[in-house]
Amino acid sequence: MLEETGLPTPEDLAKVSPSKERLSRGPVAIIECFQRIPCDPCYAACKRGAIKEFKDINDLPEIDFELCNGCGVCVSECPGLAIFVVDQTYSKKAALVKIPYEFLPLPEKGEVVDALDRKGETASKARVVDVLKFKDKTCVISIAVPKELSMDIRNIRVWRE
Amino acid sequence: MRIEEHPILTFEKKKKVEFLFDGHKVWGYEGEPIAAALHANGVRVLRRSAKLNRPRGFYCAIGNCSSCFMTVNGEPNVRTCVAKLEQGMVVETQKGKGDLSTAKIKPLSPSTSEIRKAEIAVIGGGPAGLSAAVSANQMGAKVTLLDRNSKLGGQLVKQTHKFFGSEEEYASIRGIDIANVLANKFDKKKTDIMLDAPVLGYYREDGILGAEQNNKFIKIKAKKIIIATGASERVLAFPNNDLPGIYGAGAAQTLMNEHGVVPGSNVLMVGAGNVGLIVSYQLMQAGVNVKAIIDAAPRITGYWVHASKVRRLGIPIYTSYTVKEAHGKENLERATIWRLDENWQPIKGTEIDLDVDVMCIAVGLSPLNELLWQAGCQMKYIPELGGHTTLKNEDMETSVKGIYVAGDVAGVEEATSAMVEGSLAGLCAAKSLGYDNGRFKELRQEAINHLETLRSGPISQGIRKGLEQAIIT
Repeated sequence: MLEETGLPTPEDLAKVSPSKERLSRGPVAIIECFQRIPCDPCYAACKRGAIKEFKDINDLPEIDFELCNGCGVCVSECPGLAIFVVDQTYSKKAALVKIPYEFLPLPEKGEVVDALDRKGETASKARVVDVLKFKDKTCVISIAVPKELSMDIRNIRVWRE
Repeated sequence: MRIEEHPILTFEKKKKVEFLFDGHKVWGYEGEPIAAALHANGVRVLRRSAKLNRPRGFYCAIGNCSSCFMTVNGEPNVRTCVAKLEQGMVVETQKGKGDLSTAKIKPLSPSTSEIRKAEIAVIGGGPAGLSAAVSANQMGAKVTLLDRNSKLGGQLVKQTHKFFGSEEEYASIRGIDIANVLANKFDKKKTDIMLDAPVLGYYREDGILGAEQNNKFIKIKAKKIIIATGASERVLAFPNNDLPGIYGAGAAQTLMNEHGVVPGSNVLMVGAGNVGLIVSYQLMQAGVNVKAIIDAAPRITGYWVHASKVRRLGIPIYTSYTVKEAHGKENLERATIWRLDENWQPIKGTEIDLDVDVMCIAVGLSPLNELLWQAGCQMKYIPELGGHTTLKNEDMETSVKGIYVAGDVAGVEEATSAMVEGSLAGLCAAKSLGYDNGRFKELRQEAINHLETLRSGPISQGIRKGLEQAIIT
């Protein structure tokens, strides 16, 4: 149970995940926000109107996966760091996952890092494809991961001497 | 240990100074708290208790709790968590109560008969007080804003995370930046800002506020007063809970995010509310390892997105767990936690030992309500609001006419609602003096609606219940 563990259950995730068919068509944002709290900046962040306007600021965000093109602007805007972008069309075997990241050291493009699941456990290796730095200090890191793990990997660990 | 690099913060390099600690020459940065400089030198024991000679360190780090008393330049009972370091200071571990008969104390300059006049005195420059001053200005009133710290912002100055809420309330902006945004909204001609000026008391007989600034006692007579003094961190009862290394979670946050000093290497966080979850994340950002987060409640009371954030870092969260005991001689060395049953009773055999040198206590806050008591405001114990707080009407005015409240002192909540409460109090205090820029009615209603929306979600159920008991109709 999310409220005891901090980990969304497969049922929780099913509610916010795009269909397999939508995932097969390219990048899309996944908003892992499961609790009614007073917060709505994701709506203002989305310039494509894919994240619907909130009737009540406590509502859960609603995203139209058809309008979303996975641009990732919302990833660094979400104060809860709860938005990720998954692109399963990245290559034959690999998917691209964009994650918000607020730690040092920052990885470098091309570097191989540990890819962590929602428990912070190492699930595989990941290759860093891009590092976007924003003025507000929340970076968005794009990593290439095995396609079958793209819905599990949500963090990275960067090793340095 | 000092933080060299941080993903969010940059620490300005200050001038290095030398000082004496129990006869040893050590160094720190000029103007940082003495306790922070000592911590960076590996010193956590600041004094000895009066009866049992037990080691004590700081607990709150913001000048509330007095656990950090040391003798500085011959003067005992100096709160070293806020007292600023100077070149050549002589700092000594304080044993028991300070002896005032032999102490070298510079007395406060005797007060003159001069009484400073103010239209609206706002006490506390945190999110609530700043917002109150800004909105009172906006109506046309002059404000005297008093704060005991050297800079405005209250506890916003250590909040490195982005805030929730909507765009009007600075959502997605980090707390550290909100303080600056608010401070730039002042009408400088209409605001007298008094920093390093703690308010020492309110004298009911003649309605005078006593404050201290530059070692002088200052008397202020204000037509209206807005009390926005905030809250302080609670303690938790368990054996050895006074060991140095056991800090309020906010204190650890102050030490690392404001002063650039890490509290230790391995942390047990007690409390899975927002403070516990957020500070755990920030400890990891500062390069400190958080071994576990525990909470006596059977569920996580903080936002789940914060919980997911710390889980992704590999920090386990144990609900229905509490501290059995802390271990260590001079400092915290180890902690034992155990599980609670449905009746909140500990279960033998469920103990887990954790090698930690820091324990952070995040079990809630209590309103800093001294001035409310002194003013004779009608007080009530409301657990949902953090303890004793004052009754108030819809305009944030207390039972004492002309005294308003806003923010955590009026019931512990969070910074966004504190800002809106502050705005409301500022508007209404100004209006009661006859100031109105023509938009009072509309802005007042906006603030009231805003608060209602913020508190309408399931997470605010307790707050709503508490506030119902605090209202003067």
